[in-house]
Amino acid sequence: MYSEKVMQHFKKPQNMGEILDADGVGSVGNPTCGDLMTMYIKVKDNRLEDVKFKTYGCGAAIATSSMTTELAKGKTIDEAMQISRASVAESLGGLPPVKMHCSNLAADALHAAIEDYQKKQKNKKEVE
Amino acid sequence: MENDKEKQIYMDYSAGQPVDPRVTTAMLPFFNSRFGNPSSVHTMGQEAKQTLQNSREIVAKLINSETPEAIIFTSGATESNNLAIRGTAGRNKSRGNKIITSNVEHMSVVNPCKLMIRNGFQVIFLPVDKFGILDLEKLETELDDQTTLVSIVYANPEIGTIEPIKEISKIVHAKKAFLHVDATAACGQVPIDVQRENIDLLTMSSNDMYGPKGVGALYIKPGTTIEPANQGGGQERGLRSGTENIPGIVGFAKAAEIAKNEMANESQRLTLLRNNLIKGLIEPIPYSYLNGHPTQRLPNNVSVRYSFIEGESILLSLDIMGVYASSGSACAAKTLQPSHVLLALGLQPEDAHGSLMATLGRENTQEDVDKLKSLMPDIVKRLRDMSPLTPKELK
Repeated sequence: MYSEKVMQHFKKPQNMGEILDADGVGSVGNPTCGDLMTMYIKVKDNRLEDVKFKTYGCGAAIATSSMTTELAKGKTIDEAMQISRASVAESLGGLPPVKMHCSNLAADALHAAIEDYQKKQKNKKEVE
Repeated sequence: MENDKEKQIYMDYSAGQPVDPRVTTAMLPFFNSRFGNPSSVHTMGQEAKQTLQNSREIVAKLINSETPEAIIFTSGATESNNLAIRGTAGRNKSRGNKIITSNVEHMSVVNPCKLMIRNGFQVIFLPVDKFGILDLEKLETELDDQTTLVSIVYANPEIGTIEPIKEISKIVHAKKAFLHVDATAACGQVPIDVQRENIDLLTMSSNDMYGPKGVGALYIKPGTTIEPANQGGGQERGLRSGTENIPGIVGFAKAAEIAKNEMANESQRLTLLRNNLIKGLIEPIPYSYLNGHPTQRLPNNVSVRYSFIEGESILLSLDIMGVYASSGSACAAKTLQPSHVLLALGLQPEDAHGSLMATLGRENTQEDVDKLKSLMPDIVKRLRDMSPLTPKELK
């Protein structure tokens, strides 16, 4: 059902966990649908210094989360915003069609975390 | 996680079963040498006709049918359920247009019922309690003189719950409706007596009793009015046209004979394994629960659920370790909806997603059960560590 690469990430997910002092946090999905992902980012000099995830969901949900953190780590904010659902799926050697929409949400969670970071930055500037 | 597929442990018998070697042996001559068509006049045809009749007698005995002629061979449970619902409701529509069924039926009952709605019938889907037992009061309330057919599963394979068929039958027959029972999962595991339980139509499946796939039967009590779902050459008393699948039917009959002889011992053995496994999957793991009825359940059915995690990832984790099971999670299904059967028990979708079904069979031993018991706590912990839903106290 899944590619070798998906199973690798499912067996040994990269960057799993929380960042307690994260600069940005983004969650997408809904437990009712069977998938919920939270991404945590740490930003330094406009780069994603650290990215971590927590995911409730199927094998594809866990593997795409892990892959997304790998792709995003070390990237600039702009580069990370270019990571898409399609590029995550491609990096994993493809996903079953039925999983492309329901479980391939990790890129969205990453973008939500970046937007959260940007909002916080803006608020900070306004306070200053 | 490291791979450990030294021994493969199959615990998905409700999805598919190995064919008993005694069954395969019985079938073999009917592929290459005894291939006659029962409709032919010549000797080879007449021999096939006799084989068909012998097989019918054996299958009839398994459920204590009044007569072998009450058995109609089909291509399996799906066809039997379609024939029962469409054939009985369709044939009796001058008497009424109401069908009653339940919320815990197989899709091969649900979808023909939905088709009947499009054909102008009224279909009532009755609720079940938290164990999956049919609401008998609601059944009595809904039964009226427009109701011609009630279709209820004998035992649901996802949750194992066995319905009180005898009581249901009394209620249904008091209102002169026909009772169809889908016994796909139950037949061969628990003794069924269509006369004592007063069942009008009963669905049976060969592969659910170690027979070949692609063959099943519908028992139709003499006097039950029904029409065919398909038209053709008039085989099976005109109710199921098409050249008879003799090798399959011979295999089904052999499987039915073996089931009749070995059911009592095997069910007792499986019940012990089942109870041991349920205990071992729940007691050591917090936030874990049994699905279905604790005692009124199929001897081979273990159905549990774990909060905060999702079923497909449980199945993949087990698969890596060489254990093959099943789940009612949306992600483990084609539909993207959690199992309607689990939702019918009153579970929230997020709880239904965390289900694990292990259906046991002849090959399973205490050693297999011990292996699954020993794997589960770590699998659940690993997935809960990953899940944002897991409460702090479990970390």
